[in-house]
Amino acid sequence: MSGKEYRTITDVKGPLVFLNKTEPVSYGEIVQLMLSNGSIKNGQVLDTSDDQVIVQVFEGTASVDRQTGVKFLGDVFKLPVSKGLIGRILDGAGRPRDGGPDIVADDMADIIGAAINPYSRQSPESFIQTGISAIDACTSLVRGQKLPIFSASGLPHNDIALQIARQAKLVGSDDDFVVVFCAMGITAEEYNFFVHDLERTGALENSALFVNLADDPAVERLITPRLALTAAEYLAFEHDYHVLVIYTDMTNYCESLRQIGAAREEVPGRRGYPGYMYTDLAMLYERAGLVKGKKGSITQFPILTMPGDDITHPIPDLSGYITEGQIVISRELHQKGIYPPINVLPSLSRLMNAGIGDGKTREDHKSVSDQLYAAYAQGKELRGLVAIVGEDALNERDLQLLKFADIFEHQFLRQGRDEDRSISEGTLDLAWDLLSNIDTKYLVRLDQKWIDKYHPNEKSGKEEE
Amino acid sequence: MSNENGLIYRISGPVVTAVGISPRMYEVVRVGDEGLMGEVIELHGDQSVIQVYEETSGISPGEPVIRTGQTLSVQLGPGLLTQIYDGIQRPLPKLEETMGVFITRGVDADGLDLEREWEFNATVKKGDEVSSGHVIGTVQETETIEHRVMVPPNVSGKVKSVKSGTFNIKETVCVLEDGSEIAMMQEWPVRHPRPFVQKYAPDVPLITGQRILDFLFPLAKGGTAGIPGPFGSGKTVTQQQLAKWSDAQIVVYIGCGERGNEMTEVLDEFPHLIDPNTNKPLMNRTVMIANTSNMPVAAREASVYTGITIAEYFRDMGYNVALMADSTSRWAEAMREISSRLEEMPGEEGYPAYLSSRLAEFYERAGRVQTLAGSDGSVSVIGAVSPPGGDISEPVSQGTLRIVKVFWGLDAGLARQRHFPAINWLNSYSLYPQALDQWYRENIAPDFPEVRTEISTLLQIESELQEIVQLVGSDALPIDQQLTLEVARMIREFFLQQNAFHDVDTFSDLDLQYHMAKAILTFQEEAKKAIAGGGQLEDVVNVPARTDLMRGRFEKGYAERISDLVSEMSKQIDASMEAN
Repeated sequence: MSGKEYRTITDVKGPLVFLNKTEPVSYGEIVQLMLSNGSIKNGQVLDTSDDQVIVQVFEGTASVDRQTGVKFLGDVFKLPVSKGLIGRILDGAGRPRDGGPDIVADDMADIIGAAINPYSRQSPESFIQTGISAIDACTSLVRGQKLPIFSASGLPHNDIALQIARQAKLVGSDDDFVVVFCAMGITAEEYNFFVHDLERTGALENSALFVNLADDPAVERLITPRLALTAAEYLAFEHDYHVLVIYTDMTNYCESLRQIGAAREEVPGRRGYPGYMYTDLAMLYERAGLVKGKKGSITQFPILTMPGDDITHPIPDLSGYITEGQIVISRELHQKGIYPPINVLPSLSRLMNAGIGDGKTREDHKSVSDQLYAAYAQGKELRGLVAIVGEDALNERDLQLLKFADIFEHQFLRQGRDEDRSISEGTLDLAWDLLSNIDTKYLVRLDQKWIDKYHPNEKSGKEEE
Repeated sequence: MSNENGLIYRISGPVVTAVGISPRMYEVVRVGDEGLMGEVIELHGDQSVIQVYEETSGISPGEPVIRTGQTLSVQLGPGLLTQIYDGIQRPLPKLEETMGVFITRGVDADGLDLEREWEFNATVKKGDEVSSGHVIGTVQETETIEHRVMVPPNVSGKVKSVKSGTFNIKETVCVLEDGSEIAMMQEWPVRHPRPFVQKYAPDVPLITGQRILDFLFPLAKGGTAGIPGPFGSGKTVTQQQLAKWSDAQIVVYIGCGERGNEMTEVLDEFPHLIDPNTNKPLMNRTVMIANTSNMPVAAREASVYTGITIAEYFRDMGYNVALMADSTSRWAEAMREISSRLEEMPGEEGYPAYLSSRLAEFYERAGRVQTLAGSDGSVSVIGAVSPPGGDISEPVSQGTLRIVKVFWGLDAGLARQRHFPAINWLNSYSLYPQALDQWYRENIAPDFPEVRTEISTLLQIESELQEIVQLVGSDALPIDQQLTLEVARMIREFFLQQNAFHDVDTFSDLDLQYHMAKAILTFQEEAKKAIAGGGQLEDVVNVPARTDLMRGRFEKGYAERISDLVSEMSKQIDASMEAN
């Protein structure tokens, strides 16, 4: 494209600009708007036909008028990528925000990102130890997984994400993670909290940050995660890094998506969110994984706040159908003063079975995890019963399970913000200790051979003999 | 063909409008300079609306659109089995070869390897009268599956010449008197059901080795089942268990808009799994279609049709085929997405008004049929549904439930208790038992249906008793009802729960299922006797042999040992009574 400038805007609606034009413009092409006050805004083509083009303006359409010049740049959105991204802070559109120089590009990468051929993927199966018992024992994370944190306003999801970023490591390996952090519409306060913590632990030098704050243009949020993932892909698949992508808050991203949909007068799906939101989210989440013949990996930790603590809201719901499990933060546990307040019951890691067991974590891991779940679930259910009929109506087994639920919350879930528990001695042995509060005959999920080998009473019993 | 070339007028996501051509509906066209594949889905005056199977960024109005004259079709012939395709039958390994690990666009690939040669054995001879669907020869496609080469549709006559030997799939192996040449490969448009003579009522069960499915809610060969469930309730694991263990001869697995890593797991795992019926790798009988959630949405829409057409093709050879679609909700969403780009008037929740008729048409392609060649073949369809928020009152679940005969309702509560498969025994149903009971009586045990009724009655009674227990605690119940609760607990923990990841427990054949169910009823009977004779419920429940019986199902050789374990349990219960 010659860089011809059009002054043919007909309509401006929310973040969208409609204009007439004469020459063909590509779908997805990048657009510059030259405002009469001399400032420049960027946008992207959403719809193009012989006579009309619809442009989505990233910085919002404030001050755009019919005289605004529009220039089509003849290319789709690309991010300059290089190893120099590590240690940098960029804004939501990929420009330096830390006062540093522009990124010297080794390559220009299309930010939409092509789908990975399912045949070319490698199964994720390397256990990542986060040092948080609730996650390591019950919803184990593996490299290449996408595991969102389902939280809600007022809960310490940021602390948990940071603790994971700090502590995550492969057992028996020195490989460190590079953190790509993507902020979408979070407050300056939250942003400072993240940056401060990354600085405090020295992790900032090993991170690339893409930041769109609450007062930055909402539409820009639609490209911020794509920039972050493009950087992650480049680092992982061109430079063999293991990349941990944390993005927060997906809820803000989806709000922006809805905003664009409404401005285009699209037929809305559930609760006004566009019908293609599933596909759109998938195009972000599915950029996690490992591929054949490449050493690097992308592991994703999206954080989303569930509006009204409602897990069936379209945002957590569609996410849950795409991601490989979820870590659910509980307001109830938080109010009891338990950190991290992870409710293991609705939490799940779909790739857990591939990453645990003999040679990876420990042979008894699966059994222990199942037993913890079962006992805690039943214990919690009994609390409801006790509220009605009192403890006297319970039999011996139920009493033990009821007590176990408390022990589990206070001794297993609860841990310090800097407490890094190893999987074997820190987490699984602790689990056995706590399970020994329940009579062995009620521990039906545990194979006898593990009871013989790991149960504290059985072990000591044997020694006495 | 008139007006073969036109121009792009408008682009909006996967939907492209072209002018200057007048194609037929559902005709395949090539879009843009890169020749992206698309399908005509609407004609509107001079404009033709096209859904494009590849990403459209960077395409401009004014680029060419070229007609092909063909509708969206699949290539059928030897080489389908063990293959993995995207939604429009492009082999994924081939795509990896040509474009690396990321799927770029504008690459065409044949569904079948046209060069590879196969050993063709003619089964007809000169002078034989043949017509469409008749088998003219066979090819040993994989170790376990014989591919039957059929006369293509709309071809019939007397065989003029036929030759056995080694050919590729495009070479003529048979010539008819009227000059028609027949090769091993044929093509079929995916949106049209393949023809058959008539549909039969299904009366043979599809055995899946999953106790709750086979025993309580069986599916017949040629039947349809829906599995709705919220995320995390085990839909995909259930589908994969069916793909692994069901006794169909051919399995078509469609990963429709699901996770990439999940497909990889299937691809890694299947080649190592051994079919319990043939002792050969399961992959030998499997065709896979993978269109993950981030692959183009129009190809996702097409993927279920590609899959079912391949399934029908094997059915026509006289095979029993099982097709799993995971998940039909993603397919419906693809329809919704395209419909909304077309600015069609939406029905419920933004889905197009034709959603339920499309669902019905799809499931209706299942069935047990008399093939054109006169043999028996079936396609059983099992569709996963992913209702938003787990609420099955939404349009896709409801549209599915109106058609399917079996409902396996997954339950988030059960999944949370780690009760897997998390199929709710109270609201699931199957409409097949009556049609199948005769088969069970003749092949498994004369009292099979009665045992099933007894087991499901016990579960029903338990749910009623639980309501009382919630209020007053179990100790307040009379002893016989406490026993019922124990028995029901045994049904749940010993029989209904089944560990898909355990080598032994993952599959139980029908005989074993029957014996396990009988063992529970034996326990109930013995316990009743013991209690009537003055025994304590606690003692009866805690006899060690019962624990052995229950834990034993994880050990190899359980089927041989179960009757010994049951008699030992009876003995110990007797003894516990005498001790009092």
